[in-house]
Amino acid sequence: MYPNPDVSKFITEHFVPVKTHIKEQPAVFKRFGAQWTPTLVVFDPDGGERYRFEGYLPAGEFLAQLEFALAKDAFAREQWGDAERRFRAIAQRYPKSDAALEALYWAGVAKYKAGGDPGALKETAEQFTEQYPESAWAKKASVWAA
Amino acid sequence: MPAIQWSNDVDAAILQARAKHVPLLLDFNAAPV
Repeated sequence: MYPNPDVSKFITEHFVPVKTHIKEQPAVFKRFGAQWTPTLVVFDPDGGERYRFEGYLPAGEFLAQLEFALAKDAFAREQWGDAERRFRAIAQRYPKSDAALEALYWAGVAKYKAGGDPGALKETAEQFTEQYPESAWAKKASVWAA
Repeated sequence: MPAIQWSNDVDAAILQARAKHVPLLLDFNAAPV
């Protein structure tokens, strides 16, 4: 499991990792509503669920998802600057990942939350229009363009 | 790189995460542990 050294290093450095097996601990699956394997859930230190993803991912995509979870955690704690930095880093480090465009969207939201400037949302919408016009996230951001 | 030190005790891991103030990663899997 997780033979990729970058994945191992990231998990070791950033999380308390716990693994549960469907045949050995079905009650834990039920307790947390896990309906498929693999499912990964990230909780903040106080036990609040911050992010969940289901299904196998190759190492790069998997790392992007883990970093996204940490960015969402920063966002939930209203640490807007940290959240924006983390979201932008995901978009830059894993530009081909599924997480990249969602990260770009949330980077714009974090910037807006930090300063209250709607220009941050407009900039984000324009970036989607220019770079990723066909993405679902471009459609979501399009409402900010006006 | 040493292997990840996975716990299989969810409640102990929750307490550890709180004490260390570190996020918890809970992996629901069907692969051999």
